[in-house]
Amino acid sequence: MTRPTRAQRPAKTPETSGRRRDWLGWLYIAPLVLVLVPFFLAPLLAVVAASVFESDGFGGMTPALDLSNYWQVLTSDLTFNLYWSTAKFTFLTWLFSLIIGFFVAYFLVFHVRNPLLGLGLFLLCTVPFWTSNIIRMISWIPLLGKQGLINEALLKIGLIHEPLEFLLFSSFAVVVAYVHQLTIFMIVPIFNAMGRIDKRVVEAAIDAGASRFDIMRLIIVPLSKSGIALGSIFVVSIVMGDFFVVKVMSGGGSASVVGAFYEDVGVLQYPKAAASAVILTAVLMAAVGLILRTVDIRREITR
Amino acid sequence: MPRKTRSRTSRAVAPSKGGRPWTFYVLATLFALYVAALYGPMLCIYILSFQDVRGGLVFPVKGFSLHWFVELVTQARTGDVKGAFDRSIRLAAVVTVLTVVVSFLAGLAFRRRFPGDRIVFTLMIGSLVAPGLVLGIGVGLLFNAAGLETNWYTSALGAQLSWTLPFGVLVMFAVMSRFEKVWEEAARDLGATRWQTIRLVMIPVLAPGLVAVGLFGFTLSYDEFARTLQTAGALNTLPLEIWSMTLNITSPSLYALGTVTTIVSFVIIVASLGTIAWMQKRRARRQSGS
Repeated sequence: MTRPTRAQRPAKTPETSGRRRDWLGWLYIAPLVLVLVPFFLAPLLAVVAASVFESDGFGGMTPALDLSNYWQVLTSDLTFNLYWSTAKFTFLTWLFSLIIGFFVAYFLVFHVRNPLLGLGLFLLCTVPFWTSNIIRMISWIPLLGKQGLINEALLKIGLIHEPLEFLLFSSFAVVVAYVHQLTIFMIVPIFNAMGRIDKRVVEAAIDAGASRFDIMRLIIVPLSKSGIALGSIFVVSIVMGDFFVVKVMSGGGSASVVGAFYEDVGVLQYPKAAASAVILTAVLMAAVGLILRTVDIRREITR
Repeated sequence: MPRKTRSRTSRAVAPSKGGRPWTFYVLATLFALYVAALYGPMLCIYILSFQDVRGGLVFPVKGFSLHWFVELVTQARTGDVKGAFDRSIRLAAVVTVLTVVVSFLAGLAFRRRFPGDRIVFTLMIGSLVAPGLVLGIGVGLLFNAAGLETNWYTSALGAQLSWTLPFGVLVMFAVMSRFEKVWEEAARDLGATRWQTIRLVMIPVLAPGLVAVGLFGFTLSYDEFARTLQTAGALNTLPLEIWSMTLNITSPSLYALGTVTTIVSFVIIVASLGTIAWMQKRRARRQSGS
């Protein structure tokens, strides 16, 4: 019945079918673009516009091309400190979540012999992701607090004589909360990338006399690159764009770039807040661009 | 699939036959510690939420009752938890459906090159990466300039989609990369139209992946805070409610809320996994029947 349709197809010139495919691509992508343009591109441009407007100090703005907002942000010592502490938190969280995430994924893919058990253990890691981030964050309070479990336990076994103060409301607590929340964003993409490594390559390497370290360095890490890059993008962008973990877990001792931005918005300093937002977004995009430069994620994932 | 060769490789990684290499024990310990650190703190708050009236925010546990759960739904000072919960579930449901449909279509589009695909891809990564709070403010400014009111089902919905869609599409990439194009070609050779191929071949085969995309969408929305903060309008969603609670309330009713939201999430995961299992079973039955 339908065979003839198929037979007709080659009759078309390659040009027409090529154009038809392009048009269909846009049909499929249109819904995504219809969300991204009004809810990502336009708001971002609105923030850029607001960053050069003049503020009347009461939340009102008049259109202008006023670059003093940027000048104000860039020359402030506060800005430098904010970026320094945000960079510190981002780097530490990235480092710890990468190390833990990589080895957890490696263990699940290459060391657990029963694939069903591997999948079960993988799901075990993802379950807490379904609980509210804020709840997961505050769940450290009964543990790390001055009268928390860790301090009580250390006091009881006599290791310390006074409760440790640095555990809660400190940079330590901030990093702990971030790693707790975000390691899953490393595990999932790395697990996925490692799962697709052909095990015969590893076997061939062993037959050729490669050491365990060589296999890791020359096979596993390069072939997991797309997962590592994707996980890094998630972690870096979430930590740099976040403020409430720093606010709550540092007990007000540390600030973050977005935190300062939020304060500015709170006191209706829109243009200055917008200028700092534009700078932050540019820094973030540059960081992600750098990651994307090393790995073509789209090609790696759709390979 | 690597499934067949897995056992051989495990042996290969551990050349001494039967025994485990030392790295197994090191990594198993690391894994156990990770899981303990993952669940430990949360178990603490679940336990603490079941205390009686005298209960506090730290151990030891004082008594056992459902007092803090009752407090959560009855006391006015804990805010409109029920309403916020209701709104969050409904918002998340809409976001889930839209995320699955739009991500699936975008996944189809990105399998081939099309003019401007790089721009769309960059736009998508940008949307994923942009600080949520900044984007939220931007949406707020836009709505303000257009004279529209921000609302949880308009501005907040759009702001959430700008974050769940890039995620959904990336997951979709991973799901589709395992799809054999041969099946599609076979369908076309048998005379199926493009729509028939999608409906009768792609969707059934990719169904578990689509459920995974949906689960991602649901959780990301149900838990979204930064992008919703400035766009939700007058009425709070659940994360905003929890946020305001962490600022004002220092009683175990906060922990009770944590316990309740966890139970809800579990019900949703179990239902989703059940759906996947049911779909696979049905497919297996159909295949054996024909």
